Amino acid sequence: MSAVNAQHAVPTALWRARLRLALQSLRENWQLFVRTRIGIIGLAIIGLYALLALAHPILMNTVWEPRTYDPVVGYAFDETQQPAPPSLKHLLGTDPLGRDILSQLMFSARSEFLLGLLAATVTVVIGTAVGAIAAYFGGWVDTLLMRLADIMIMMPAISVLIVLSALIGVEHFELALIIGILSGFGATGVVLKSQALSVVVKPYIDAARSAGGGHFHIILVHIVPNLLPLSFLYMMFTVTSAIFSEAVLSFLGLLDVRMSWGLMIHTTESAGYLLQVTEFWWLIFPASLSITLLCSAFYLVGRSLDEVVNPRLRSR
Amino acid sequence: MNVSVGIPASASLALVSAVNLAKRYPVSAGWFRRDRSFIHAVDGVSFDLMPGETLGLVGESGCGKTTTGRMLVRLTEPTDGQVLFKNQSGDLEDIAHLKGAPLKDFRRRAQMVFQDPYESMNPRRTIFDTVAEPLHVQKIGDHSERFERVSETLSMVGLTPPASFLFRFPHELSGGQRQRVAIARALVMEPSFVVADEPTSMLDISIRTGIMQLMNELADRLGIGYLYITHDLAVARYMCSRIAVMYLGKIVEMGDTEDVLQYPVHPYTKALLSAVPVPDPEATRDALSIKGSVSAPVDPLPRCRFYDRCPIADDYCRDNDHPPLEDKGAGRLAACHKA
Ligand SMILES: Nc1ncnc2c1ncn2[C@@H]1O[C@H](COP(=O)(O)OP(=O)(O)OP(=O)(O)O)[C@@H](O)[C@H]1O
Ligand SMILES: [Mg+2]
Repeated sequence: MSAVNAQHAVPTALWRARLRLALQSLRENWQLFVRTRIGIIGLAIIGLYALLALAHPILMNTVWEPRTYDPVVGYAFDETQQPAPPSLKHLLGTDPLGRDILSQLMFSARSEFLLGLLAATVTVVIGTAVGAIAAYFGGWVDTLLMRLADIMIMMPAISVLIVLSALIGVEHFELALIIGILSGFGATGVVLKSQALSVVVKPYIDAARSAGGGHFHIILVHIVPNLLPLSFLYMMFTVTSAIFSEAVLSFLGLLDVRMSWGLMIHTTESAGYLLQVTEFWWLIFPASLSITLLCSAFYLVGRSLDEVVNPRLRSR
Repeated sequence: MNVSVGIPASASLALVSAVNLAKRYPVSAGWFRRDRSFIHAVDGVSFDLMPGETLGLVGESGCGKTTTGRMLVRLTEPTDGQVLFKNQSGDLEDIAHLKGAPLKDFRRRAQMVFQDPYESMNPRRTIFDTVAEPLHVQKIGDHSERFERVSETLSMVGLTPPASFLFRFPHELSGGQRQRVAIARALVMEPSFVVADEPTSMLDISIRTGIMQLMNELADRLGIGYLYITHDLAVARYMCSRIAVMYLGKIVEMGDTEDVLQYPVHPYTKALLSAVPVPDPEATRDALSIKGSVSAPVDPLPRCRFYDRCPIADDYCRDNDHPPLEDKGAGRLAACHKA
């Protein structure tokens, strides 16, 4: 192969080889994932809610008239009494302020996803960095990061969030950051560090060092890629805890959000319908069931990934 | 630079020189105990390695061979002593204080081949990535030059045609092929010194010879100085012109391979040899066996390290410190009061 050729051929061939490895391990892991079954259930629920979230803007632009169906400022003029029970026009009825519940549910699904994914990404970026750095450098760097982790783990997340939301006003974005930081520097960082410890003792780390590779090179090229499967797993668990925290805080009326599942229950509660579940079931069930289902779905996917990532847990 | 302290006269010719190298690892003695114990993994090891020479380091498991090798390429910091390495201008330089560009230069010249070919490669990187890594971190050449160089090195270690290996992953290769890749990675920067830590011990017997032949041939062709670590005297005989026999962190005997193997001076070397079947049935050798097995050298007593297992030891060996490595005639060095 001539030098001119190699200039282009090598990167292409390299990427093709990497893609092949990625696809191969994806296929193998997918088979394991399917075999656990619970992961597939989780995935189906997530898919359902993703569809609902995607369908909302489409419906708002076509069949749902915004004046009536807007999840925040809409009012169901066609109903004589609010909250109205489910009907053909309002499949899940309306809330005490006359807003369509199905529209609220679908609108909120999107922000739950965004919240969960952002929190999970922040968690995993921080957790992977903390784990890799603590395991690689050891010594006082490790001690410092692990004491910080102890503090993060001991801090009761919900109470911290309550204080913070009282102080600075927390929206979805801030909430995701706070959860991500707490969990990334806390439990997730600790778990990823213990995984990284098994990577830093591999001879290929020594080989990279004796070739003259710097800290940054070794961490980025050799340690982090070997942590990614576990990082991905912890993303799923973070999504669960983010959605759950959001629900609790919204229910307590502590978040500055326009609409969310937790806020729907809050509205019900402040209008005095919370204890009349049997009579006004459509005010409570859709939102609380959604919270439960989506939280469990990400948890199930996480559990299933856990078996894929940790061969020891695999049931034979 | 002033490196006169304790350096043998021949040091100026040497490629690498170990001077009283020592490594002690603390052993946790239990909670609340102040008096720490230490494993004396390597304890006062000195030798010179000439350019292009292959020096064998032999000894039982746990005697400190790997630790010695790692200190020579600065993967482990010595507790005591120095490693001197011939730098660009031909001077011996203490590698402990190298930083920045001089350290990178040292890394380019001194490489290590690791024992386990299954663990010494990142499973997520292609063979090209693995072999090109030294070039990449040393910023040698552009993409096509690296490609040429990696291909050449792969064919040199017998992985031909290189194109059929470049874009595969370690798990797609056999143990022997992997060890060849590991050798290619060590040689791609054309080092002058390579520590080979039992490169064949994890391989199938049938492919060991191939790897040894390859390393021998490359040493001759490229003029590489090897420190060849092995516990197998037959391997040492095949690979090395000189050998150093280690016991519990100390070199107990050192000399030309054939000499040492035919006329061992130290009782430990004799015992090692009597454990190896003699190829010539006519030849007789003093039957000599040693008692017990090797232990970890935790806080050794000030006596001969071999005292507990030595068949010829007496009170003198018990009451006096470990003997120094002395010339016992004809260039043979041994550390024994009785020899
Ligand atoms: N990182 C470490 N921490 C504590 N002790 C260590 C460490 N590395 C080595 N040792 C101890 O130092 C001694 C020498 O170890 P070393 O690995 O150098 O032996 P070796 O001759 O290479 O043995 P083998 O033939 O089994 O590879 C052993 O007793 C070992 O337990
Ligand atoms: Mg070893």
